[in-house]
Amino acid sequence: MSYRILRTARALPALLLGFAWIAAPAWASLGGDVGSVGADNVQFKGQLVSTPMLQYDRHDITTDSGTVHEYLSHAGKVFAVTWQGPRPPDLRQLFGSYFEPFQSATAAQSRPGMHRQVSVAQPDFVVHAVALLRTFQGKAYVPSLVPAGVAVADLK
Amino acid sequence: MLRCLRWTTLLAVAVLTACGGGGSTLSSGGGSTSSSSSSSGGNNFSAGGPNVVSMTVGPGPTAGSSTFNSPYVSVTVCIAGTSTCKIITDVLVDTGSVGLRLFASVISGLALPNQVDTTGNGNVIAECLPFADGYTWGPVASADVTVGGEKASAVPVNVIDDTSSFVAVPSSCTSGNGTSLNSVDNFGANGVLGVGILQQDCGPYCAQAAVQQTNTQGATYYTCGNNTCAIYQELIGSQVTNPVALFPTDNNGVILQLPAIPATGASTATGYLVFGIDTESNNALGSATVLTIDPSSGTIITLFNGQTLMGVLDSGSNGLFFADSAIPNCTGSTNAEEFFCPTSTLMLSATNQGENGNSVLTPFQIANENSLNGSFFALDDVGGSTATITGLSDQFFDFGVPFFYGRTVFTGIEGTTAGSAAGPYYAY
Repeated sequence: MSYRILRTARALPALLLGFAWIAAPAWASLGGDVGSVGADNVQFKGQLVSTPMLQYDRHDITTDSGTVHEYLSHAGKVFAVTWQGPRPPDLRQLFGSYFEPFQSATAAQSRPGMHRQVSVAQPDFVVHAVALLRTFQGKAYVPSLVPAGVAVADLK
Repeated sequence: MLRCLRWTTLLAVAVLTACGGGGSTLSSGGGSTSSSSSSSGGNNFSAGGPNVVSMTVGPGPTAGSSTFNSPYVSVTVCIAGTSTCKIITDVLVDTGSVGLRLFASVISGLALPNQVDTTGNGNVIAECLPFADGYTWGPVASADVTVGGEKASAVPVNVIDDTSSFVAVPSSCTSGNGTSLNSVDNFGANGVLGVGILQQDCGPYCAQAAVQQTNTQGATYYTCGNNTCAIYQELIGSQVTNPVALFPTDNNGVILQLPAIPATGASTATGYLVFGIDTESNNALGSATVLTIDPSSGTIITLFNGQTLMGVLDSGSNGLFFADSAIPNCTGSTNAEEFFCPTSTLMLSATNQGENGNSVLTPFQIANENSLNGSFFALDDVGGSTATITGLSDQFFDFGVPFFYGRTVFTGIEGTTAGSAAGPYYAY
């Protein structure tokens, strides 16, 4: 196990970064405005690519741990987010004010087993997520914010 | 309790039991195509052997829980190199994950040494493991792991801190993942024996420099001092490891064999967990069709209803989970909507296909879950909606425990071979 010595130098910067993030402000994304998309990108240390579409703008945040898509309506609200990657994204950051309802809803579900999938379907907040070996993906949206004519099923 | 709510009626469902052996033919693509609902391949494990362990689908550790279709074995864990050991019963056998995870409360009194980082300060390595609806948290420890007659030495295992005796969960773990799942009840098991197709649970992602594991996204491995934890670069050889891969022999995969059960279910079902494939006289791959797995996704191709899906054979899931909007979900209790409640039992089929072009036509049935006996722990024909993420390029078909009834299922570990079959693969 001599290779372990190589890791010494890595631990300290990581520790400092760990503290730095605790002080960072939380920005809502789902339900938030375009500023919240940028804030997510900063928090996720990602690369942001924005694509104007007919019915909405799609913002793609790419990080080492996967890809997040945020869908911004022309009314200026993030009405849906999706994610896919080797780790789930920071859902508190991504869900914003919807994170606590997500926690409450999942905590109320009794589901012994390996917790490979979860669905939360509330009148104005829907989440579907899958967690498999080294593969995570999900979609969350706010039905009341979805622009008319947009099929949530088509959002990748 | 929830089970009682969920299954309020008790009706026998008359359906045909999946049966019949598998014939094999060669397709034009050179791949083998089988049609099979039960290709046991003649493996008879009743004679036992050092590589054979009894595996029971039963009530598990929590009386009155809503657990069903959970296959359990007993595992003996010891302080490495000593005879100080504890036998842990009701450990869930999971082909969908990798590594042994035990709850701290069930190994109390057995002081397994924690893995430490390289600073020399005694900082302990911990794991934040993400699930669809939450996370587990606890240290990585070293243990000798014995299952049946097979023993792996100094295995990195995960101790899930359900006793709150470890360093508090870092916020980047809680924030990313939702709710703590640190309890025996949450899993319906005293631990999880992850015998899946990979050697380690995380792999290259966690072996990146800590700064590359984007810190606000959270990470899997942390190093913890007295009060704080930081994301850690956990090299592959130190990660929580599939104990099977560390057995001295019979280390290239596992076989799960569960008996066929009536369509109406069974109180319990007992079969076998067998170590090694084509390594002993009792574990031949035989005529089972080998479906090689995409190592990057850990999945095979499942063709179902005109869709091309990512398939997994997953003994850690209690049903057949897939998206089919034509099948109504159940109603009437907290998470009833996760299960299907068709008006009559549906006879369906999917085709599972490996990267090697081999494929197996795989029939299955979906019964009305509300009509099944809520006091039974072994239920065939139970299915439910997968978290339907329509529109995402990759959707899943999760073949849980009902798939395993009446079958002999081989899972080959990455980097190993069994005859001409090279892991990772499934075969049945």
